[in-house]
Amino acid sequence: MITKEVISPPGAPNETFVINLGPQHPATHGVLRVKIVMDGEYVVRAEPICGYIHRMQEKMGENRTYAQFLPNTSRIDYLSAMTYTHGFVGAVERAAKLQVPPRAEYIRVITSEMNRISSHLVWWGAFLLDLGGFTPLLYAFDDREKILDLLEAITGSRLTYSYYRIGGLYNDVDDDFIKGTREFIAQMRPRLKMYRSLVTDNIILRKRLIEIGPISKEMCRKYGATGPVIRGSGIPYDVRKVEPYSAYPEFDFLVPTCEEGDSMARYLVRMEEMVQSLRIIEQALDKLPSGPVMAEKVPRVLKLPAGDYCYAVEAARGRFAVRIVSDNKEIPYRVKLRTPSLSNLSLFEEASAGMLLPDALALMGSLDLVIPDIDR
Amino acid sequence: MTEAITNLVKLLATEPYRLLVFLVGMMAFVGLNAAYLVWVERKGAARFQRRPGPTEVGYAGLLQPIADAVKLMSKQLIVPAGVDRTLFRVAPLLMMSPALMSLAVIPWGENLAARNINVGLLMIFSFASINVMAIMLGGWASRNKYAIISAARVVSQNVAYEIPMLLVAITMIMVTGTMNLNEIVQQQAGAFWHWNLFRVWINPLMPVTFLIFYTCMLAETNRAPFDMAEAESELVAGAYTEYSGMGFGVFFMAEYANILLGCALATVLFLGGWQSPFGILSGVIWFLLKMYFLVFSVVWIRWTFPRTQFYGLLNLSWKILIPVSLLTLILSSAMIKLFHHA
Repeated sequence: MITKEVISPPGAPNETFVINLGPQHPATHGVLRVKIVMDGEYVVRAEPICGYIHRMQEKMGENRTYAQFLPNTSRIDYLSAMTYTHGFVGAVERAAKLQVPPRAEYIRVITSEMNRISSHLVWWGAFLLDLGGFTPLLYAFDDREKILDLLEAITGSRLTYSYYRIGGLYNDVDDDFIKGTREFIAQMRPRLKMYRSLVTDNIILRKRLIEIGPISKEMCRKYGATGPVIRGSGIPYDVRKVEPYSAYPEFDFLVPTCEEGDSMARYLVRMEEMVQSLRIIEQALDKLPSGPVMAEKVPRVLKLPAGDYCYAVEAARGRFAVRIVSDNKEIPYRVKLRTPSLSNLSLFEEASAGMLLPDALALMGSLDLVIPDIDR
Repeated sequence: MTEAITNLVKLLATEPYRLLVFLVGMMAFVGLNAAYLVWVERKGAARFQRRPGPTEVGYAGLLQPIADAVKLMSKQLIVPAGVDRTLFRVAPLLMMSPALMSLAVIPWGENLAARNINVGLLMIFSFASINVMAIMLGGWASRNKYAIISAARVVSQNVAYEIPMLLVAITMIMVTGTMNLNEIVQQQAGAFWHWNLFRVWINPLMPVTFLIFYTCMLAETNRAPFDMAEAESELVAGAYTEYSGMGFGVFFMAEYANILLGCALATVLFLGGWQSPFGILSGVIWFLLKMYFLVFSVVWIRWTFPRTQFYGLLNLSWKILIPVSLLTLILSSAMIKLFHHA
């Protein structure tokens, strides 16, 4: 990577200018605004400005019942709606001490992992779009379409599922879903190999990603980065392993990490995560127990005992944690949503200093930001 | 009646009518090509991306370019406040006209060229540099930060790429001994092994020379993977950000005119121009086939590769293309001196 110190000739005039990247800009995928102080093509300081799609999700949690807030959780990070709902229902179940039937937990794992794959596919296509390659996006959406069709058949929606209920699931999966998912796994494996040979091994892509935008372990810890960002820096932090939840302890899967910490490392971690997710889905389908998908005796009017409850899940972008403070009423006293994208974005200012503008945008793409997830 | 037509044809074949006829013909050719290359690009992109592409306007979307042109023409020409009005308006024309001028010396068929001049190659290269200036002026006059970054990029990119391209051109002039494009094509008569691309007994690195020329052509025309000047995910639309309506439309047409010019020149220099690959039935059809094959490869590359990084592009030019093209130049001059000395 070329940084400012290497290039700038001695005695060059020290003039900077400001460009306003966003809220409408092709690289920010939404309404993120980044105020960049530039010296020529070099980024001196990039300051992300959030809040353009702030929807007061946390405040909404404080003035409606748990069941009423449930659909909101799909709309925080619309690309991994399943895992976000999982975080919320998990927190409520933990507080209410509800025992979720094993079949429901297995189906939660299956659908969450499918959702992770579809989320990573969107990231992959959009990231390549950032780098100027248009075609992979359409291939990614072709695969994602199959996941969306499968999930639509059981949940009724294609993006904001709200499939999990407090104590279980909205409905059971049928044999068509299981058969379709197995077919999807069989199709997806050769596709991932094809993406590797067509895109990942492309010399232009490698030159644009290797050693670009390094993020150190210290920087990850300092800003609380999680998910593929921290794993790309060599720290094997995955909520599914370090704070096992749901049925994850019963499956055999690896947490892919890369020591390099550059954009390529984050890219490779996500690509490998899709392979691991396929493994988890396959194991879950093999071991899928029979039985009910809803816990018995879920109270119609749910009042959580007074206290402070937290539940974390590994969403596609990192650790998503829900903290509920209850004062034994129908409506929670406080709902705190810890979303991964905000922490991942916050290291952008430090990591991008001194980089060329296209490299900084490649770094931003490799963080996989979802703007509603930042602003909530 | 037939006499009148013959007389008219004779009259049109004399100067200056000949030039006029050819320029009008060229304008129509370039205009139609630009319009339909957009269609080809969109259809081609769609096929690479497993989707149908334009289908609504006309059969298989064939009238889509006309709909696009009508839309572009009906748009308001916005000249933003604070821009340099003259330069802002001149820039698109300055981009379009050099390509049209250069096409006048391209020999489409044996007797089919507006001007068969002895320094045709020199003329093309001298005009080809003007479109760099046009993009730079457009970016500069727009008073937009993205446009100015794009203008700065396009200048350094083209300085880097002009050099290997000219070195390749000098190699070709040495190999052929002439700058007259018609003569260059006539030297490649016979079957395809007489094409300059395969004349390895003069220069064993001839295919490499062609690849360098092709790469430089992509960079000169600002096509992917070297489209840094209009990198839409970084610079919105680069130098064209502030242009609307036909101002943008002319830039767009000029881009395709430049691609046509580059591919036509590659056809003339390396692929034997109008000469047939079998040695018989030579004609303009072969020229067009070869040229459109190259145009298709340009589209193919665009929809396959991601964009290169800017310093990657300069590294490629200064560290690989310039040394290799110098090597081919020295090698072919040595070969000519040693084995083909007349």
